[in-house]
Amino acid sequence: MASLLKRRAPCPGSVERRRGRAAYVFLIPWLLGLGLVTAVPLGASLYLAFTDYNILGTPSFTGLDNFERMIGDERFWAASSVTARYVFISVPLQLMFALLLAVMLDRGLRGLPFYRGAFYLPSLLGASVAIVILWREIFGHNGLVNDVLAFVGIEGQSWLQNPSTALSTLIVLNVWTFGSPMVIFLAGLRQIPEEYYEAAKVDGASRIQQFWHITVPMLTPIIFFNLILQTIGSFQTFTQAHVISGGTGGPVDSTLFYTLYVYQQGFRAFDMGYASALAWVLLLVIGAVTALHFILSKFWVFYGDD
Amino acid sequence: MLKHAGLLALLALMIYPLVWMAVSAFKPAHLILTEPGLIPSETTFENFRDGWHALNRPFSVFFLNSLVVTVGAILGNLFSCSLAAYALARLEFRPRRLFFGITLVSVMLPMHVLIVPQYIFFAQLGWVDTYLPLLIPKLLATDAFFIFLMVQFIRGIPRDLDRAAEIDGAGPFRVFWHVILPLMRPALVTTTIFTFIWTWNDFFTPLIYLTSTDMYTVPVALSSMVSSESQQGIGMLFAMSLVSLAPVIVFFVFAQRYLIRGMATSGLK
Repeated sequence: MASLLKRRAPCPGSVERRRGRAAYVFLIPWLLGLGLVTAVPLGASLYLAFTDYNILGTPSFTGLDNFERMIGDERFWAASSVTARYVFISVPLQLMFALLLAVMLDRGLRGLPFYRGAFYLPSLLGASVAIVILWREIFGHNGLVNDVLAFVGIEGQSWLQNPSTALSTLIVLNVWTFGSPMVIFLAGLRQIPEEYYEAAKVDGASRIQQFWHITVPMLTPIIFFNLILQTIGSFQTFTQAHVISGGTGGPVDSTLFYTLYVYQQGFRAFDMGYASALAWVLLLVIGAVTALHFILSKFWVFYGDD
Repeated sequence: MLKHAGLLALLALMIYPLVWMAVSAFKPAHLILTEPGLIPSETTFENFRDGWHALNRPFSVFFLNSLVVTVGAILGNLFSCSLAAYALARLEFRPRRLFFGITLVSVMLPMHVLIVPQYIFFAQLGWVDTYLPLLIPKLLATDAFFIFLMVQFIRGIPRDLDRAAEIDGAGPFRVFWHVILPLMRPALVTTTIFTFIWTWNDFFTPLIYLTSTDMYTVPVALSSMVSSESQQGIGMLFAMSLVSLAPVIVFFVFAQRYLIRGMATSGLK
């Protein structure tokens, strides 16, 4: 700083202009990335969605063929159904756990840093191949879950081989990673003024009444934030589906997540036109669900001053 | 007291699978699925020895590959995101709000929509089976979440500090380098840690771009061990899974404070 002091201050107008031009220099990497890695591929995939293309030849325009094919494609419907069930079951469950634990850990509980850290750890590991490998063995025929069931006298089953339970194992895995929304809830809980609870206590409100009438309304912006974040993330689940089924989405397509199907079409069958069309449908669905969440939020999210 | 008992019980239930995996990794293969409980009647390092060479080359190859990719991604994100964040948070230029809006939207953009054309593009450049498709996007600030995180952080730095330096004649580059960058260290640390964990765990991108076994990162190597799995392979898989989780857990133990603060302020996963 000392060396800076010696310089003469230039007139303000030229500073503003210089700063304006400098901004673009700072943004060079970002602008290049936005163009080459995001915008151009986004446009290209929209174009490819209307073509037949197997990476070796040139794309041939086929109009709406890919989308018509989807309507008759059983695996497309299987993938959509698997993903929808996963998102709409596991996200609310995960957020309920996160909120419940955050409330239990709030307000000067002893050992808070320990609990918070320990509950948070699984959310850092949940999407790793190693943990999904572990999950395969836990829910396998001779796995941990069946051992525990056998101990209490229930005969277990092959959770992963059974098409009606295979997806549930991945829902359990997603709930297991409730730590990251929990930490966000904990930060939100800190923002609620203590006086609200004191006033409620004076009026004789029970803990449960306080939860429903103070905590939940005050936290709705954070609940909304977590809901959006987790919903968008869950729609894109890939690693879990790929590793648990060995890349097949089986048994009987019961773990065929949408992104896994896109991968199979694009990078196994090299049907890149169809894969692009599938991907665009995913983008539109995520966009629509997010927009719907924003519209519905007007009815339940409470922003203090409004 | 009751509350602590409940919390500890839940914690034990959640962490038990991890402990089970850790213990099983040291059991002889035939005991893993037949002998429940945590205290093994026999211990062995066989699983680690066999797993280490299961793909006909030492597992350290994959570790080194993952390390190269992870360190590259960290440097790329720190460089490109801090530059972009400074411009978006501090410099006045016409489309600033528009650009900031674009970063927010691109946080939510599913990568699966981009992957097919990106792959075609990188394939034409001859970059398949190299680390360039994993690293170049990081160098071009495509992890918009970190831009957002850093913008939020820079906004919390008093503007008087910039102004003082400007009055002394410092241009935007000197302000960035001498004033903002040193003050935003906590945001840089958070970015480093999250980039480390996400890149270390990333499976999708390396699965698509890396085709030869010698180039595999740890998650792809692990996954290819699964495909050739047999009953006696579980011990090996557990041993190598444990080894692959170790860096993340070590990072977690030492950087917990930054992780949780970063999560709480920005809501990253």
